[in-house]
Amino acid sequence: MVDVVFLGLSVLTVGSALFALESREIIYGAISLAISLLGIAGFFILLDSPFVAMFQITVYVGAVAVLVIFIVMLVRTQSLFTTNEDRGRRIAGLIFSLLMMIGIGVVLFSSEFSRVEFSPLMENIVDKIGNEMLTYYSIPFILLGLTLAGSIIGALSLARREDIDSQSKISSGSQYENTYLDKQTKEQV
Amino acid sequence: MAELINFVTVSIILIGIGVYGLIVKHNAIRMIFAIEIIANAANLNLIAFSRYLGDIQGQIFALFAIAIAAAEVAVGLAIIIIAYRLYKEIDVTEYKHLRG
Repeated sequence: MVDVVFLGLSVLTVGSALFALESREIIYGAISLAISLLGIAGFFILLDSPFVAMFQITVYVGAVAVLVIFIVMLVRTQSLFTTNEDRGRRIAGLIFSLLMMIGIGVVLFSSEFSRVEFSPLMENIVDKIGNEMLTYYSIPFILLGLTLAGSIIGALSLARREDIDSQSKISSGSQYENTYLDKQTKEQV
Repeated sequence: MAELINFVTVSIILIGIGVYGLIVKHNAIRMIFAIEIIANAANLNLIAFSRYLGDIQGQIFALFAIAIAAAEVAVGLAIIIIAYRLYKEIDVTEYKHLRG
């Protein structure tokens, strides 16, 4: 039973990861990436760590995939549909990634990993995670929060348009621009 | 029961797909996809070894890694938005001003 689920999940994950990179329209690629991340969450559930699986679904499928889809919709350019990649580079990439996979795979399969069994099931996983987060990992936890806040503020200030102010000051003829300016000055006061 | 080596194999395949995407693709958004796939393969490895060793630390490390990857995606997509505004293009070979 677990083997059937495992096989299905691996086919789903690997197939949708490939489709995310090779699909013709990038919006389908974004949705396919979300499905691949869901497959990874399924692996986490198979590995008896439901808390991390729920975190994965919340962060990746809930936030990151939606963010990527928004960006794809904002960036409507012709280069989303045309793929101009040279043949030599594609063959080189294929050969390199295959070599990497085969190399690591040979090392792993010749090692002792292929005969390893799982250790018995852990209990009270969420309790343990909470305890560790608030005791041993408390400082990295705070630093992680600061990093997230900093990155989000940085992303907001990076993506902000600086030319809106100057544009509205130059062409203040139309009704809309006037109201916009009035609102701005009121806010400043 | 599926064994540890199976999960590690899936992880290796995903890392290979991600490296292929990073090498071949010129599209900046697809490169972000490839980075996401590689990060998730690493997380899968962490969780598999945590389950095999019966130790909780791998899961905590995976939680940190997921949060950091989310921050990285936010900043990367903001950079793509700016580059699109400057060049009207998301092909990374067109970003010539970054060349040394």
